[in-house]
Amino acid sequence: MAETSVDHAHDTHEHVGESQRWEGAVSPFGASYGKIMMWYFLVSDAFTFAGFLIAYGALRFSMPTWPEPDFVFASFPFVDAHWPLIFVTFMTFVLIFSSVTMVRAVQEGHRENQRGVVFWMFLTVLGGATFLGSQAYEWTTLIVKENVTVTQNPFGRHTADGVYLNADGSEAKNADGTPKTFFKDQSYLIHMHDGKPSGLVYHDPAQRGEGMTSHENLKIKYTTGAYAGQVKEAAFGPKAFGALFFFITGFHGFHVFSGVLFLAIIMINAGSGLYAARKNGYEMVEKIGLYWHFVDLVWVFVFLVFYLL
Amino acid sequence: MAEHQTYEEAKALVFRGLMLLGAITIIEVVVALLAKGHLIHGVNFSHGFGHYVYMLLMIGFSIYKAYFIIFFFMHMAYEVRGLVMSVLLPVLLLVWAIIAFFSEGSYWGRSRENIRQRNEETVKPASGSNTQGYYIIPGTEKQVKLG
Repeated sequence: MAETSVDHAHDTHEHVGESQRWEGAVSPFGASYGKIMMWYFLVSDAFTFAGFLIAYGALRFSMPTWPEPDFVFASFPFVDAHWPLIFVTFMTFVLIFSSVTMVRAVQEGHRENQRGVVFWMFLTVLGGATFLGSQAYEWTTLIVKENVTVTQNPFGRHTADGVYLNADGSEAKNADGTPKTFFKDQSYLIHMHDGKPSGLVYHDPAQRGEGMTSHENLKIKYTTGAYAGQVKEAAFGPKAFGALFFFITGFHGFHVFSGVLFLAIIMINAGSGLYAARKNGYEMVEKIGLYWHFVDLVWVFVFLVFYLL
Repeated sequence: MAEHQTYEEAKALVFRGLMLLGAITIIEVVVALLAKGHLIHGVNFSHGFGHYVYMLLMIGFSIYKAYFIIFFFMHMAYEVRGLVMSVLLPVLLLVWAIIAFFSEGSYWGRSRENIRQRNEETVKPASGSNTQGYYIIPGTEKQVKLG
């Protein structure tokens, strides 16, 4: 077997001049029915995801405040620290790696290297499963530790500068005697006890480096803005946050899950020699490859919209 | 216009792709953390003009990643023009949908804020010989003469 073999991926549409393309007997788009239909399925799925992301954007921009992504998404497995956006970056890398292993699998399919196809598809399946496990960790942290549901969002942001109050109405003080103040747009997380809000935590840059400061009841007083001087309770954040996050990442996760299932089936088929015997060879591997790259592509935009903007 | 890549060239492209996507992702995250004030204490682009530049930069990076994945991982660069157009043109129409709905969302936000302010306004009625009333701007003590 020659080491430098030619890549046969483009055989279906070479040697056809433009004038011959629509005369019949060849596929005008130079691709098989199955491949074209996979592309059009992906176009329809792109519209579905775009619809959801557009709904997210429209609702988010209509709200006076929205949870700060680097405050909400800062946990990491096995580490009790506040590492903003690091775990979700790891998840992005996992999907990028799995896309790369998928391209290698398709390339091995063009060389009709059955063992190569199975090897690279297996790595892709592992990548997908790792992503699903990671997403499960994120959801568990949000639901169990931070009490986010589809109708409740304990991540809020202050709408003006102010100071935290004790239960008796006096100004709360930090350990070093300075008043516990907050500034406009500062994020906080309300923690719950027995299903009721019992206090909150926030990151105060002036106190203890990156650690969290906590305040054991919800009373606050604004010192600036339209409600200056008024005593209020720290409010829950917009409900739509939880619903949108779980629905959109859940829908994407469902695509990853079904993708992993299909990848596993096609990998087993390839291993059994089914595609070696086919006239169109390993084209099925290409088709599921297109689906898998689409899943990665959607994640690029979900990552952008939820975590970076 | 088909291209015949050798196996080595194809593998090299994949490796280049991994490095490229990985590098862009790392840059995106570093810029995000920098802009939100996590890397250098006190540096924060969250407000005003800097925020728009930051958003455009993030969107630009993601569009470049999307271009690379579609054209090279999904092989679109080598497909027949008819197929390319029939897939890309409908998807590009979404750009206007995104702009329109984000603008719509902002409008809802402004309307909500307007209603909140109107709900809290008070009007001091005219009294005695003074036949003109005053409108009090919400959240302040400022009076504006009516009439």
